[in-house]
Amino acid sequence: MGMSTVPTLQVLTMLKKILLTTIFLIATSAYSITSDEVKGITIGETDARVEALAKAMPGADDQTAAFLQALADDAVKVAGDKVLVVKDDKAFDAVTGAVQPLPADAEDVINNNRMRGEIDSALAALKLFSKDDAVRAAAVKQLQSDADESKLPLIEKALATEQNAAIKDQLGMVRAAALLGSSDKAKRLEAAKLLATSGQANTKTMLLARLAQEPDGQVKAALGAALRQVESTLAWGDRLGAIFSGISLGSILLLVALGLAITYGLMGVINMAHGELMMIGAYATYVVQGLFQKYLPGAFDWYLLAAVPVAFMASALMGALLERSVIRFLYGRPLETLLATWGISLMLMQLVRSIFGAQNVGVENPSWMSGGVQVLGNLSLPFNRLVIIGFALFVLAAVSWLISKTRLGLFVRGVTQNRPIASCMGVNTARIDTYAFALGSGIAGLAGCALSQVGNVGPDLGQGYIVDAFMVVVLGGVGQLAGTVYAALGLGILNKFLEGLTGAVLAKIAVLVFIIIFIQKRPQGIFAMKGRSAEA
Amino acid sequence: MNTTLNAVSLPAPAPLLGRKGWAAFLLALIAVCAVAPVLNLWVPPGSILHLSDYGVGLLGRIMCYAICALAMDLIWGYTGILSLGHGLFFALGGYAMGMYLMRQIGLDGNYKSNLPDFMVFLDWKTLPWHWTFSDSFVATLLLIIAVPGLVAFVFGYFAFRSRIKGVYFSIITQAMTFAAMLLFFRNETGFGGNNGFTDFKRILDIPIATPQMRMTLFVLTGLTLLGFFLLARWLINSKFGRVLQAVRDAETRVMFSGYNPIGYKLTIWTISAMMCGVAGALYVPQVGIINPSEMSPANSIEMAIWAAVGGRATLIGPILGAFIVSGAKSWLTVAYPEFWLYFLGALFIGVTLFLPDGVVGLVKKLKGGAK
Repeated sequence: MGMSTVPTLQVLTMLKKILLTTIFLIATSAYSITSDEVKGITIGETDARVEALAKAMPGADDQTAAFLQALADDAVKVAGDKVLVVKDDKAFDAVTGAVQPLPADAEDVINNNRMRGEIDSALAALKLFSKDDAVRAAAVKQLQSDADESKLPLIEKALATEQNAAIKDQLGMVRAAALLGSSDKAKRLEAAKLLATSGQANTKTMLLARLAQEPDGQVKAALGAALRQVESTLAWGDRLGAIFSGISLGSILLLVALGLAITYGLMGVINMAHGELMMIGAYATYVVQGLFQKYLPGAFDWYLLAAVPVAFMASALMGALLERSVIRFLYGRPLETLLATWGISLMLMQLVRSIFGAQNVGVENPSWMSGGVQVLGNLSLPFNRLVIIGFALFVLAAVSWLISKTRLGLFVRGVTQNRPIASCMGVNTARIDTYAFALGSGIAGLAGCALSQVGNVGPDLGQGYIVDAFMVVVLGGVGQLAGTVYAALGLGILNKFLEGLTGAVLAKIAVLVFIIIFIQKRPQGIFAMKGRSAEA
Repeated sequence: MNTTLNAVSLPAPAPLLGRKGWAAFLLALIAVCAVAPVLNLWVPPGSILHLSDYGVGLLGRIMCYAICALAMDLIWGYTGILSLGHGLFFALGGYAMGMYLMRQIGLDGNYKSNLPDFMVFLDWKTLPWHWTFSDSFVATLLLIIAVPGLVAFVFGYFAFRSRIKGVYFSIITQAMTFAAMLLFFRNETGFGGNNGFTDFKRILDIPIATPQMRMTLFVLTGLTLLGFFLLARWLINSKFGRVLQAVRDAETRVMFSGYNPIGYKLTIWTISAMMCGVAGALYVPQVGIINPSEMSPANSIEMAIWAAVGGRATLIGPILGAFIVSGAKSWLTVAYPEFWLYFLGALFIGVTLFLPDGVVGLVKKLKGGAK
């Protein structure tokens, strides 16, 4: 949809230009706004002016819009009983558009805030007839909050001619909102009926406000029913929203944990620097973004496609380096591995600080990833989250294919299950270790690349996820991918649901307590390994 | 049956300390109780022998760390259980002390209220229930030991009962201290949120910021460290200590020999946590602040590196390790702040790769080579 991509400000200035040019073209041909109306709107007490404006609205057209725009821009002056629009040091008659001399005693028109609000909403109503979809959509949005009966004829006129289905729907809601304030009981009943189908949060506030001042019992009942229906729609939106953000968090945890499932789950290496390998992936994305900005600005939207393999390779190379230089000397000594990799993580963090600075760096979404799909009134699914869910599934499929179907995967499984026998069969176990560790690290890099699209990229990026990621692996059980997947999604959804109930911090604590209790019952995770390898 | 076969001759229990050991112990005692106070309080500041207030503060802090390192050695070095959550027990002891110190501020806070400033700020009218005993010093002393002990006991009971071992246990303890940190960051928990406690004025109604009080706390910390050292020495020389080492080396075999390791593990785990709690309580009045960042996983891991650098399962090693690492930290973070993390990281890697027995092991090796 175009409306969210065009900033409102831009729309307004564009509109202003159009209106200011039309004032001279159209004003001369047809005087649909009378001299009395102009005077009524411009001169006198605010109450009287508001009333005059309301009266002028049903018959309003582009000329009225131009005049109101001038009024809003403080370009209208009054000389005696003449109303003049001033532009480029020239004065024009507000009704005929004829050039007039600007008298020296011409006074500015003072608009107080109430008058300004009235003018703005009147302008918004008139914008409903713009040719530009975006302008109309913006106008509808603005009217939603301050529709009243005086604009009803305009809204209905716009509704009759509106072609765009989405805007038409919204306009229908605005009409209902305008009807709600009507003095006619039948109209209010109709409004209640119409609003019941809306799924937007502001409809609820609108209904509540009306309910508080509604004198008629029958309307009250109808409003109550409408309110309940809106509330249940909203509740559904909230629930689906919680599930979606749970799945989204789960997909991120899955990406983070997949790498660990290989290095820790299969190889048994406790890698506390896993988070820092993710950080390297995120910074690699940042560097690729910078290169595209500098050398390929035209293809900037596609930098992410290049960043994915770069992030993988950067982290995989770093992983291979770590395995060769430190970790291979510590196989079979998990506690020492833990401490050494913690040391590595400290050094990597400081390294990034030295190179890129301690502040977070900015990584932008490509334009095709910003925005989202509006599913319900209060539920929209951001594209970047959707892309990451898809990406996580893709990585999962690739990893499980790699482990179960390829020669490398076969070797990795063989070395994990029985190192001496694999070695006897001619497998170069040391090399397989390096490959497997590099693979796990590369997946961490992919996770970092994904994270750069939804969160901050800074030296501490990995720290926030490492505890969660280990929890996923511990919960899922060591030695297989299926457990990791269920644990990641389960923890993600559980976390977001509890967040809705108790707030973020208590939710996190509750999840940790849950894991500790869970491990009491099933120390080997969701899927316990059976047989000899269980006590390895 | 031949009875001589059954009478396994155990080696005689080692003495608490050897002749040299007692001499060194006595020297340390004199250094803490006499030399340091004299150098700090009576030698004039211009003299090269003068021990500055900064030095007293630093040494006092490091001695608190050394107590933690000693506690780590008991649980990791002798029992083979690597805890990454001892920072929590340290902080709990510190918070218990901090609550008492907050109450000692009395009406001298910024808001001149009987309640601690942060409670006034949060618009609380009365003390929350868990502050009930914070006015009594005796109760505070009890809490300093009881709270970390109880938390450790409950956590350890569930963990050891379901035979969580090795790295699993380490990660769970890390999660434990992480969760506690999140909890203490909340204002609603009633521990001052992320600012924690600070601005202490008095302890036992005596002003806290005087040189005499600083020295008193220093001496107390030193005595506690020496006392805990003897206690640890006694523990590991006893039969109890031998079982612990057996658990470390071959837990299944210990079980097959008819011992239930849970009780042993739980006891040493709880004792170790209490020692950390005491260290935290001594630490807080000396540095004048306690906040939830003390519970961050990084702090707990640093305790492990003190023990590893000095040499595990040597008791004296971890104490040395705490002095070496913390000393290096306080120097490097001032002189070369960029390099401190590189150094610490390299220390983690270097010690695990090249010095599995730490500094003490290195010294022994060099001595052995000289023979």
